[in-house]
Amino acid sequence: MPFIADDALAVQHLERIRETAGEIGRDVTVMEVCGGHTNVIMRYGIRQLLPSNVKLISGPGCPVCVSSQHDIDCMIRLAQEGVPVATYGDMMRVPGSDGSLEGVKAAGGRVFEVYSATEALALAGEQRDLVFFGVGFETTAPMTSYLLEKGVSVYSVHKLVPPALATLVSSNSRIDGFIDPGHVSTIIGTRPYEIIPVPQAIAGFTAERVLRALRILLEMIRDGKKTVVNCYPEAVKEEGNPEAQKLLRKHFRVCDSDWRGLGRIPQSGFEVRDASLDAKVRYADVLEGVPKAKSTGCRCAEVLMGEIEPRECPFYKRSCTPEHPRGACMVSAEGSCAISVRYVR
Amino acid sequence: MCYAIPAVVIKVDGQEATVDYGGVRKKVNVSLIKGVRDGDYLLVHAGFAIERMAKDEALKSLNAIQDIVGEVELDGK
Repeated sequence: MPFIADDALAVQHLERIRETAGEIGRDVTVMEVCGGHTNVIMRYGIRQLLPSNVKLISGPGCPVCVSSQHDIDCMIRLAQEGVPVATYGDMMRVPGSDGSLEGVKAAGGRVFEVYSATEALALAGEQRDLVFFGVGFETTAPMTSYLLEKGVSVYSVHKLVPPALATLVSSNSRIDGFIDPGHVSTIIGTRPYEIIPVPQAIAGFTAERVLRALRILLEMIRDGKKTVVNCYPEAVKEEGNPEAQKLLRKHFRVCDSDWRGLGRIPQSGFEVRDASLDAKVRYADVLEGVPKAKSTGCRCAEVLMGEIEPRECPFYKRSCTPEHPRGACMVSAEGSCAISVRYVR
Repeated sequence: MCYAIPAVVIKVDGQEATVDYGGVRKKVNVSLIKGVRDGDYLLVHAGFAIERMAKDEALKSLNAIQDIVGEVELDGK
């Protein structure tokens, strides 16, 4: 459906949103944290349709973007050292402090782009000592668990979303509510979000679903309710996916993790339980030598926190473009800067 | 990628299933869903089914995704 005006239900949500925003009166800020939602919002121009006192900002919805520069440098170093590595496509072009995985591949390194963990498993059969880069939130971590189950080594930078939301709220009191990610919620269910002290609505991926979530969120803000409402029931159950959660618990333990922009967040990462499959342990001597990442002037961190818009970064569309990205937010299909280039003139 | 694409199960084969994404068939891993049967609608992310869906919801989602992504990304992403 190319236009919201063609969707009667979406139009209805917009009308209710306008009414509720009027009843609230003051300025409200809502943050979404999912590259898929950012895409829908930009595609349908949803921000422009909202009442003037409702501000919708993008947060850290891109797992590649929130990987720390140091982790990215470590992954590139492993590849440079000749370790065969496999990764999802988005990681290939992310600029490290010195080169990228794509660069290592071009120079003859054994870097493999895979579309699924199943492909990585097949590759592990051919490439001895293959290391899989586990990047992604709770949606993707279960697939990495599957690889660990099959004995494939992993360098994990997997992260959990709810602790990041809690950190965002405590460091930015402007945030009145969240639109929670859709498919992360398919895995984790609704309960992990209860630690976050603002209203939240889990949204699906149509314009109508996003507007529904926004409408319900604004009603909660108006009424002072701090609950989590599932507005994507066709794909999200309250308990989430128990099989996936079981697999996650079996192969990962929760640890502190470094996020680009947000810094170190306690209990926000997934660490491989089995040290013999943990590439960070196995290659500790190589990784020790990776220097602390240098600052480049790129403002990805602030974009991720929702503090600035992509266009406020001095590199945006000048020295940093989709063809020649300088930062993670421009490389990843889910990155705010990449999405902005796609939809904003 | 956040995106998960709905598909219908054509044939279950142990931990895998052949599914159809509106015309194109792919093999996906179904070990994260219990009791998958032929004809079930599944939400697939990065080559793995992550949830079962009702048929009408699955078809609605598929339309919406095709609209945004243009051509549905079929390589499990």
